[in-house]
Amino acid sequence: MGPQLDIEIEGKRFDVLAPLLADFSLTVAPSSVLALVGPSGVGKSTLLRMIGGIDTVFRGRVLVDGVSAAAAPPPGFVFQDPRLLPWLTALDNVRIVREATTREAAAAMLRRVGLAGYENAYPHQLSGGMQRRVAIARAFSVNSSLLLLDEPFVSLDRSLVQEIEGVLTGLLDATQPTTVLVTHLPEDAAMLADRAVVLAGRPAHIVADFKFESRRGARSRAELEHITNQIAAASLERA
Amino acid sequence: MLFPARLFPTPVDVAVQIWEHLTEGKLLADLAKTLTRAFIAFFVAMTLGTAIGIACGRSRVVDRLFSTWVVIGLNLPAIVVAIMLYIWLGLTEFALILAVVLNKLPLVIVTIREGVRSFSAEYDELARAYRLSFWRRFIYVGTPQLTPFILAAARTGLSLIWKIVLVFEVLGSDGGVGFRISTFFQFFDIKGVLSYSTAFIAIVFIFEYLILRPLERRILRWREER
Repeated sequence: MGPQLDIEIEGKRFDVLAPLLADFSLTVAPSSVLALVGPSGVGKSTLLRMIGGIDTVFRGRVLVDGVSAAAAPPPGFVFQDPRLLPWLTALDNVRIVREATTREAAAAMLRRVGLAGYENAYPHQLSGGMQRRVAIARAFSVNSSLLLLDEPFVSLDRSLVQEIEGVLTGLLDATQPTTVLVTHLPEDAAMLADRAVVLAGRPAHIVADFKFESRRGARSRAELEHITNQIAAASLERA
Repeated sequence: MLFPARLFPTPVDVAVQIWEHLTEGKLLADLAKTLTRAFIAFFVAMTLGTAIGIACGRSRVVDRLFSTWVVIGLNLPAIVVAIMLYIWLGLTEFALILAVVLNKLPLVIVTIREGVRSFSAEYDELARAYRLSFWRRFIYVGTPQLTPFILAAARTGLSLIWKIVLVFEVLGSDGGVGFRISTFFQFFDIKGVLSYSTAFIAIVFIFEYLILRPLERRILRWREER
């Protein structure tokens, strides 16, 4: 069971201009997948870093099951770029983030994302899509009940996105972590999320909050289109 | 004659001279003495320079503390350091090695400091996100990023040290390649100078092609396979 997230940001700013986030409040249910949707620069990635305990310079609190985010167990984190260490093989890139991960466990995780036989490949020997899969395997290898995805499909073509979304859906169903997905594309939110929160403005605030009844991964094409249009309309209306 | 044999000996003459110095002279003993001095100075300069360079790269306070001395060290003529140390400490082995270390140290510090400053902020963020321990960050994230800079410092350092050690041996020592070359110089023995120089260059080549390059290839194989 994933943790509940309680986010209450009184203020977060990078410069003397208007704060990026102010009086922002959000609760994420355990084991749900929340999509944060909004234009570039609205503060989605910053919020994700605060949830991940990387960014601790703000007023307010981010609690992961009642524990401050910085003190909570490490989340599985997938960045905008694969961010693999180029001097380590795919297997070692998975193993590095958790001391307890054995070679066998790391190899099994790579198999789950469809990379059997690539254990000893260096990142530059893998395609962009394969590198993303290694990053996903690394995120799931920490056995975290919290998964943070920061635009994990950016700069990938749509067929590759669908392939990786399929991998992600399978892993999410199997491990049931609480997941926060940051994306600027409503399609990605429609495919993976149980709930989508649309952000806009500065300071960023919630302009729409959609909870989807249908199960992710089992949505029909029509449902996906409907959800996508709902989110896109909310974003556009605000813009 | 345009090129008198005494001033411009043939390669065969030089080869014969090397053989004579090897079998009857003190070539091996001199080489051993110079190499020992060079390697001790190299090891101390690299170890100290890497530690200080990392500290300077990570901390502004430490960098400010050392930056003036580093600039002085980089620009102070090597010979001045050697003369001062010979006056203060006498014509000792310790003074010679210390002089070499002090000449080499600033270059190592600057190279390593710039290496640390060029560390990727993204990898640092990755390490923080996954809460990697200090040692895991040091071994798996920091050291690989620093390795090319350590190798660059080692290569430029060795070439500098070879030269400085010989000059300091000329200035004041009881043996070694530099000392022997200065003796040959006093007798205008060009054959002797060239034979010792050639033997020394051979050692440098052996070190470069049998040790340094294979080591570099092994450590940086992930880059070579690109």
